[in-house]
Amino acid sequence: MKRNICAVILILVRNKLLPVRAASVVPNVENHIHDKLVSLSLLQKDFVPFLLNFLREQTSQILTNGPSTPAKTPSSKAHGSQRTGSERRASLGSFLTATPEALPARRGRRKGSSSVSASGRQVARDLGRSLAEEEDGKNDSVSWSAGRRKRSEASLVSARSPPSQLNLNNLEEFPPMGAASGWTNKSKPSRRINPTPVSAERPLSKPKMCFTSTPVSQSPAARFSSASSLEAFTTVQEGNLTSVISNSLQEEREMLKKERYSLRISLDPGTPTKPSYTRSASLPAESHLVTCAYPTKVSCKKQLECLAQLYSSCIAENLVPNIFLELFFVLQLLTSKGTSTAEDGDSDLEVNERSKGKQCVHNCVYFAVQVLDYQIISHLEKGMLKLLAENERIASFSPTLHERLRQAYESSTAKVSLLLPCSVQSVSFQPETDNRSNFPSDRAFHIFKKQRDIFYELLREWEDNHEKTGWDFERVLGNKIRAMMAHLSATCNHSHFARLFQKQLIQMCKGPTGGGASWGDTPDQDVLNMLGSDNLSRLKRLQERFVVPQSIRGPCPPPSFPGCQQFFRDFILSAGSYQFNQHLVDSLCLKILELNGLTLVEHEHSDGEADMDEQDEKKRFTVVLLSLRLLAKFLGFLVFLPYRTVEQPTRDLQDSAVALRNQTLPVLDVLKLLRQSIWDRRSILTIPWIVEYLSLVDHIAPFLDYYKKVFCLLLLMVLSEDKEMSFLNKLLILAVLGWLFQVESLALFPSCCVLSAFHFFSYQDSVPLVDQQLLYTCCPYLGELRKLLASFVAGSGAKNGGFIRKITPTAAESLAPKHFSLEQVELEQAFFHNQPPSLRRTVEFVAERVGSNCVKHIKATLVAELVQRAEVMLQDKVKEEDANHDKLLEEVCAHLYEEGAQALIKGREFCKKKGPEAVRVLLPEETSAAVLSSAEDIAVELATEKACGWLSANIAALIKREVRATFNRMLKVPGLPMPGEDALELRRDCPPGCQHCAPLPSQIINEIKDVLCVAVGPRDEGEVIDYVWLECLLGRLGQTLRCRKFMCPTSEQQLAKCTVELASLLVSDRVPLSLGIKSQEKSSERLRVKTNPTYGLLKLLLSVWKEDFGTPVPVQLMFSKKNIGYLAEVKQREWDLFLFMLHGFVEHELMRTSEIENCLHTLEELPWSSDFLKELEMLSRVFLSEHHLEEPRTNSCEPTRQSLGTVTAQS
Amino acid sequence: MKLTKAQYDEIAQFLGHVQPTRQSLRKLKEKFPSQSQSTLLSIFSQEYQKQIKRTHAKHHTAEAIETYYQRYLNGVMKNAAAPILLELANEVDFAPSLMARIVLERFLQEKEQAIPSKTLINSMLRDPSQIPNGVLANQVYQCTVNDCCYGPLVDCIKHAIGHEHEVLLREMLLEKNLSFIAEDQLRAKGYDKTPDFILEVPVAVEGHIIHWIESKASFGDESSHQAYLQDQFWSYWNRFGPGLVIYWYGFIEELDCHRERGILLKDCFPTDIVTLRHSMAQR
Repeated sequence: MKRNICAVILILVRNKLLPVRAASVVPNVENHIHDKLVSLSLLQKDFVPFLLNFLREQTSQILTNGPSTPAKTPSSKAHGSQRTGSERRASLGSFLTATPEALPARRGRRKGSSSVSASGRQVARDLGRSLAEEEDGKNDSVSWSAGRRKRSEASLVSARSPPSQLNLNNLEEFPPMGAASGWTNKSKPSRRINPTPVSAERPLSKPKMCFTSTPVSQSPAARFSSASSLEAFTTVQEGNLTSVISNSLQEEREMLKKERYSLRISLDPGTPTKPSYTRSASLPAESHLVTCAYPTKVSCKKQLECLAQLYSSCIAENLVPNIFLELFFVLQLLTSKGTSTAEDGDSDLEVNERSKGKQCVHNCVYFAVQVLDYQIISHLEKGMLKLLAENERIASFSPTLHERLRQAYESSTAKVSLLLPCSVQSVSFQPETDNRSNFPSDRAFHIFKKQRDIFYELLREWEDNHEKTGWDFERVLGNKIRAMMAHLSATCNHSHFARLFQKQLIQMCKGPTGGGASWGDTPDQDVLNMLGSDNLSRLKRLQERFVVPQSIRGPCPPPSFPGCQQFFRDFILSAGSYQFNQHLVDSLCLKILELNGLTLVEHEHSDGEADMDEQDEKKRFTVVLLSLRLLAKFLGFLVFLPYRTVEQPTRDLQDSAVALRNQTLPVLDVLKLLRQSIWDRRSILTIPWIVEYLSLVDHIAPFLDYYKKVFCLLLLMVLSEDKEMSFLNKLLILAVLGWLFQVESLALFPSCCVLSAFHFFSYQDSVPLVDQQLLYTCCPYLGELRKLLASFVAGSGAKNGGFIRKITPTAAESLAPKHFSLEQVELEQAFFHNQPPSLRRTVEFVAERVGSNCVKHIKATLVAELVQRAEVMLQDKVKEEDANHDKLLEEVCAHLYEEGAQALIKGREFCKKKGPEAVRVLLPEETSAAVLSSAEDIAVELATEKACGWLSANIAALIKREVRATFNRMLKVPGLPMPGEDALELRRDCPPGCQHCAPLPSQIINEIKDVLCVAVGPRDEGEVIDYVWLECLLGRLGQTLRCRKFMCPTSEQQLAKCTVELASLLVSDRVPLSLGIKSQEKSSERLRVKTNPTYGLLKLLLSVWKEDFGTPVPVQLMFSKKNIGYLAEVKQREWDLFLFMLHGFVEHELMRTSEIENCLHTLEELPWSSDFLKELEMLSRVFLSEHHLEEPRTNSCEPTRQSLGTVTAQS
Repeated sequence: MKLTKAQYDEIAQFLGHVQPTRQSLRKLKEKFPSQSQSTLLSIFSQEYQKQIKRTHAKHHTAEAIETYYQRYLNGVMKNAAAPILLELANEVDFAPSLMARIVLERFLQEKEQAIPSKTLINSMLRDPSQIPNGVLANQVYQCTVNDCCYGPLVDCIKHAIGHEHEVLLREMLLEKNLSFIAEDQLRAKGYDKTPDFILEVPVAVEGHIIHWIESKASFGDESSHQAYLQDQFWSYWNRFGPGLVIYWYGFIEELDCHRERGILLKDCFPTDIVTLRHSMAQR
């Protein structure tokens, strides 16, 4: 059997049917396949799947016992979970190696003979396990998953029981992720702990969840088993040798392309081999003895070399469905362990194969090394290269390859860390989009204010709790979210919220792991302190080790929403709001289009400066690409959400659904964008996000006319050969596309795609923007390769070193300027043509910013000025009767519009002034004067165009909006102080040289309050107020009032009020003053006229009121009923003090005589006792007579002047 | 001054049923001489307010109001100059200012035969001269002046203290050359939530990024901090990112637990401020 196949392959190769290296393909030629070749092509296109299956078949036994083998790539759909174990056992694969005669009995073959593939190995494995693991095979249909889980658990257990002493300093025990430990004894299994992805939620019984399904199958057109196909193949080949020879690769490629489409039909989403991709079962925690492989024991070297060449060609020419699956397979072969006798099941198969298997290890390794030799491995990531370079087998099988690997490793700088910090940040509030003027009503604005806070509250709650057991998103947050949606609907705030939601999504999830809320945060500070900085890096590595692998689910995991993305997905689901979803879709589309428009710039690499630009460019590209992928995933989620079904729909349902949905237009025209990106040579940016978008398609969508075209185009991308393309760019595209076509919903992708007439021979996409980090970030599943190798660690570490690789960029077009005269445009283009691209970027940037700043400036100056004037006009007019407000507003605005026209003049001035400044600062010093001035002119012109364009269209509306807002504010605040008063208040300032060390207002209020307390009582026994202290307090009050720094209106008003109260209490002798000895001495001079010390205090107060207060002091409060009442209650009334105050008011211009007169009259009308009333009247008379008499006199405040003297109660 | 939860609890327990008079404050200072007076006063005020909130309803039942009013009437009938209302308030463990309000409301209701408006009541409390009854005016004034936790005078003092600390903080920011946007400017720009200061260029304090600073001239106890978090601090975080809260009169240490999340507590202006070198070099 084996010999037969080898012979066929040899014939094929010898006859150049399968060129080892295919020449570059001109795609449009592919469409012309000669009719004669059709029959042959049918056979040819079966070849690659056949080859892949064949390789899997041949090696299945070895891989059974080695690291968990991946599914054979070319498996057919016959492996659905519905298949029973017995069926599986009867599968073709087992017979291919053992009993081919049994073939016709196989039921599944009509679906595609290649179901051969995995089954053989599967059977062996099932058998092996069912025997080894306590006859667990009773239930065949679950045995695989059960067994797998058991193994997972086993390895988890081993992972959880570390050596008794953890030695973090030991690099052997804790080597860096992806680095080999220092094992030199290759025959010993590594002690490394390799955490196993636990995927209990994805048991085999739910195959839809795991679509690491294997897409390549033989075409259904080939309606014969692989065995018979082999026969036929041979026959045909022999019979058509001549025509075959004349075939160029183009035809072959075309056939393969068709094959790619047809195989979609036969794909089975539920291929049970999927879980085998997760390498949980593989690792050396299981103590299998690694069989040593020796180059000398290799048999059939020639055939193997031939096979390797053939296989390598298929990979190199992108003929395989997913190159990473193949690479994974090759690495498995490289690290295969062969059969070990002890544990294996004793099936016939095994017995038959055992000796062969033993030998196969050598052959497998030889084959793998041969294949690796063909691959461009120097672009692999550093950690991977290290593992390969350290691989003993490679060293012994191919010293030259080993040497190349070592060199590649040493020169590689492409280190990839899967752990990037994630810092959760909020979306900042931007007045331009978030302030009141962006909302239709106050209510909408305030409700949104609340919604924003609620949203973050939910987010925090989720962060805190979602990992706790029993915490359920819908149960805890569902109702809150829906209440929020209801509020949003009530005020039509969805668009605002959608924007916030989308921004927050990008903020939190743009990182590689979807926002590592669960683990990406800084480690616990206590732990860090304990470890000391020395161990930090080790801790980080350790953390990486434990955390990263679990976030990866095999080489082809289903699309998922890792980390914080989960919150956003669940939020959408719980909200269940059509309005919200629609707005979110709008918002996502807009952002995607915006980001997709990123200019990819080429860089000259002549000098060091370009290197920096290039790095910046890459950084920018990475950020944009990751954001795009994130947004596209959510867009895909939302767009296909309504059509999502658990089950694959039946054919009838599918047809009617297709008929129905073919009528609707897609939300985002991805086809157009894809085509455009190919034309513009920027598919490296577009394809990765379109893949994310499409990965969430429902079962029907791939059958829609529109999406068929999209998928066809994408397939063409896989098959297209582009030597010009940067290797890593290509690798990324191949990786994501390879992954996409494993997605379950695409498993049945229709074969009958009609290729559009689209020609893309000019396709090249050569700005090398992808680096290893980005590749691994976008395709974390590539890390599986590394893990596989790491599990087979041997050899000693290589030395570090390296240099920064120079990457040679080529062309990409930039934006075209948008202004008028054709000649000018041409001239301008010409100007930029021979200048470094940074010049153009600078000019465009300056124009954009200056234009935008110009508008802002006009708003802040001219418009603000006009609004202020409007305010004054409105204030005057509003007072005139109750005018019609709308009309008033119109009038005032109309008046202002004319002046608004000035905006254009001012705008032009602004741009003319600022543009050149900015350009000069940003361009290199050495720029020639002529270039500089041209650049300035262009920048000014563009900026002016932008600014004035906007202003002329919007200035009137802007003025009106601002005036209206001000007017509304004006109407709302009733007692709005006149601008004049306000200004008066503001003009007050500290005295020159003020040190701002006066007592604080709050302190003074507090102290005065204490005085008032004592005055109004109740007092403690003997409680008095020291005269000097009070005098001092009033002095400090003056200081406090003079220093304006800490004063605020309320404090000052309160002080004014309190001091008036204090004066009233002093006047009515309510303050129990104590005169210290000192004060008596001192006061003797000051109070020479009257012995009553209160005069001094009152004088102080009058002076403070007059000189130091900025606000009017409510001295009239002294005439209030309450305060006069204090006097009325005194038995032995003294009116002198009160009269003294009245004079003081007049002299200090605190009150006019007439005002006092009025106050006294009002007082006399109150119901006082007749005695008191008489006294009041007398007081009134005395005050008036005296004051009118002595009015011209100055300095009349002396108490001596008072003729009234003491007014005593007449009773 | 930072207090541990235990220290705080000790003070709070002592404050259990202390009346809000200046005599009580004196005692408090004697009992905890090591604590700053402002801190003690702030804690006292907050504890008292909590107690009042708990008993508020019981003093506002129709029966209670009627009882208080009758006692007031009887009291002033006997001796109008005695501190009737103040003593009544102290007797039933209620804030004098609030007692004054109850009685004033009841009085006006009887006089006007209608429920008086809040604005009118507030205006009369602020300026008792407006109260049509001289005796009541004196009684009310005595209550508001003597109350050290409630009332217009206390409100004003609190407001003044808050303002003064904002000014102090502004001074410190200017001194450190940290440019900021102040609350009034933010309001003018239409921000919906405005901390006291937003730093135009963020700084790091004790290893934490700070975008905004909020000044609180009070002691940060659990309930007030929770309320602030809910109404202000998280809202600021939601809009401007992580920031700093300064509780000038201290806080309970244990509350400073959101540092990682982006809310840092201090009881003074931070000393170790790390600025963006780039922008500092330009100054």
